[in-house]
Amino acid sequence: MSAMGTWLRAEVTTSPAHARVQRAFYGWLRLRANPLAFGGFLILVGLVLVAALAPVIAPVGYNEQSLALRLRSPSAEHWFGTDELGRDLFARIVWGARITIYISTLVAVIAAPIGLAVGTTAGYFGGWTDTVLMRINDMFLSFPGLILALGFVAALGPGIGNAVIAIALTAWPPIARLARAETLTIRASDYIAAVRIQGAGPLRIILRHIVPMCVPSVVVRITLNMAGIILTAAGLGFLGLGAQPPTPEWGAMLSTGRQNMLGAWWIAAVPGIAILITSLAFNLFGDGLRDVLDPRSE
Amino acid sequence: MSDPQLFVDDLHVRFRTPQRMVHAVRGVSFTVGREKVGIVGESGSGKSTVGRAILRLTAPNATVAARRMEFQGVDLAGASETAMLKVRGRRIGMIMQDPRYALDPVMRVGEQIGEALDGRGLSAAVRREQVLAMLEAVRIRNPQRVYDLYPHEVSGGMGQRIMIAMMLLPEPDLMIADEPTSALDVTVRMQVLAILDELVTSRGLGLIFISHDLNLVASFCDRVLIMYSGRIVEECRAEELAAARHPYTRGLLASLPRIEARRERLAVLQRDPAWLDG
Amino acid sequence: MIEVADLRVSFGRGASLVHAVDGVSFGVREGETFGLVGESGCGKSTVLRALCGLNPEWSGGISFGGVALARPPDRGFFRRVQMVFQDPFGSLHPRHTVNTTLGEPLAIHGIGDRDRRIVEVLEQVGLGPAFRYRYPHQLSGGQRQRLAIARALILEPRVLLLDEPTSALDVSVQAEILNLLTDMRRARGLTCILVSHDLAVVAHMCDRLAVMMQGRIVEELDVAALAAGRTVTDYATGLLAASRGYDRQLAARFVVEDGA
Repeated sequence: MSAMGTWLRAEVTTSPAHARVQRAFYGWLRLRANPLAFGGFLILVGLVLVAALAPVIAPVGYNEQSLALRLRSPSAEHWFGTDELGRDLFARIVWGARITIYISTLVAVIAAPIGLAVGTTAGYFGGWTDTVLMRINDMFLSFPGLILALGFVAALGPGIGNAVIAIALTAWPPIARLARAETLTIRASDYIAAVRIQGAGPLRIILRHIVPMCVPSVVVRITLNMAGIILTAAGLGFLGLGAQPPTPEWGAMLSTGRQNMLGAWWIAAVPGIAILITSLAFNLFGDGLRDVLDPRSE
Repeated sequence: MSDPQLFVDDLHVRFRTPQRMVHAVRGVSFTVGREKVGIVGESGSGKSTVGRAILRLTAPNATVAARRMEFQGVDLAGASETAMLKVRGRRIGMIMQDPRYALDPVMRVGEQIGEALDGRGLSAAVRREQVLAMLEAVRIRNPQRVYDLYPHEVSGGMGQRIMIAMMLLPEPDLMIADEPTSALDVTVRMQVLAILDELVTSRGLGLIFISHDLNLVASFCDRVLIMYSGRIVEECRAEELAAARHPYTRGLLASLPRIEARRERLAVLQRDPAWLDG
Repeated sequence: MIEVADLRVSFGRGASLVHAVDGVSFGVREGETFGLVGESGCGKSTVLRALCGLNPEWSGGISFGGVALARPPDRGFFRRVQMVFQDPFGSLHPRHTVNTTLGEPLAIHGIGDRDRRIVEVLEQVGLGPAFRYRYPHQLSGGQRQRLAIARALILEPRVLLLDEPTSALDVSVQAEILNLLTDMRRARGLTCILVSHDLAVVAHMCDRLAVMMQGRIVEELDVAALAAGRTVTDYATGLLAASRGYDRQLAARFVVEDGA
């Protein structure tokens, strides 16, 4: 075993960094051991690479129109064919990956902290705090996500930024639910009693002791929900309320493809498949992440 | 000692884990007649694994091998799963530490005990009679009332007695009890032990009593096997345990706090690697 | 040092009201170790939880060194009174290393010189600096309980409350932990309350003890009386007899109670 391998697998960890790296390393090994989850992970890595390297992969750009080349079927020249304005679909899918990543990251970054904060606070304090927060939560949960997002977008105006805000507002309630349930169990444990006896205040207990225990399940949950988020984004795009033309958002592309579905199936099929693969990858990866992040499995 | 019914010779149990093979039981041999045999050891000594291996109830990643493992003429090591079904629960019963996990939470206690009589073509009334008689045998005072309770409505001690009743109904000849009284208060423990004691004496049941509690085993059992790291390091008559010879047994005894003889410090067990080889 | 007067704790309300502790009074002198014994549900752990400020729903009087326990307790209280829990697997945060676990109380109370204190207390409980960056799941039961003791001691309390500190451990490990507690108690002049169902452990550790039943103290005696078997009440006598091991004649005397 190499020196690096020995260090990573050391029985005795010698510094906080060492302990953390070893933890990450064992998580990586568990991910590798799960082929489906690892496959999902690779697809997502691929997606990020494609998005980052879009100018290299598809130098034509996503909005190069050429009416002479309208509705061409997939060929060596245009791998995924062209759309009704003669734009190369491959280029549009590649550039569209950026939009997808932009939406999913932003939604995660907004929804996860809100959900965590609301859920842990409600769970830790209980009583009327819990009642008020959870009833607000129920109000959000009682609408289908897309309908609620539609309402928000209608109020805020169409556009990708507003779509993200709208989706984030529909994405936090399930996370708050989950965080609250976890907090209820954690709150009753001896290690929380121990830190209370040390004199810690509620803020410290929630931030340093409860949140770290909730994070893994929240991460898993948001990864699994990511498929739904992408679909909602696509749905908003499809309805013309998300990304506006000529932005190559996959849902919007699917929507325009619908008009030529019978003659040029690829215009709808290609973004559809892209959405399908990405949501599937998020689902597979999220499932595997559950094992990776479970502290008991170490 | 009465004639042995259970013969275990050179029993090995290995667990395959992703990292390595764990040799949990390493060549254990003993016999059990119509008597109380205690298996004592600390956690990880393999004592529970021995109990489970006899009934072939070990986890799927375990392999059980023995030169001979035989109960009343049935080869337990080689028997098929179907043959084992006729042994488990019918001829050899098993009692676990916490009865509340072993009982079905949505089924009334009486009906659950009665399940042991399935397939005998008994009428419901006869079946109920037998269950009530059995509840009475484990000294439950008001069997009619207990019959209709759900598992969460009974206390730990009562749960354990219900468990014993359930295991006794098919009239087994051997009972394996894995820490049956560890979750119970001392006074309740006495009652449960008294029931087990009486069963061995009056029904001629054989009992394997697995426990971590040296004092308890010494006062309750007829013979004691002391396990350390997958081996039996010492075997003696229970009343002679205080005069045990193996340094591990002696070390364990010395490390116990005693009510009547207070010491400033307790002796700490110094483990000798040589014990691993018997 | 510790005075408890007519302590009452109840749970629930209305028809389901349970008096878990029903008028308990006792005193513990400075440097003494006091035992609370009884069977499950007798209220011994509830007394301890009220004493350390974890359960504010009590009535009666609790004072430490003449100072009445406030509700909620002020922060300084926790520097004087600490607790060790029963289950070493449940009382340590699974995602905190030994270092974080020990540093947390120091951070809460704004105590400096953390490195030295952590290394020192680890040494004292026999773990040594090599354990500093491990997670709880990398420790054995005995090592975890040593860490739990280190965490309680790092604030240098005057009073240590022990809730069944060894009942989850093997006997050989129990001996090590009891010895460690004996050493720490002597070195630091701690006043302790030990809650246990195991009379032998209480007899080994304590100077005096109280036997509890159904939320009340039924008998208070010193350890010499316990060792000599001079118990007064039937309940304590029965408990003592049952703790000595199995006895056929004795077992026949224990009436079966259908406590369902």
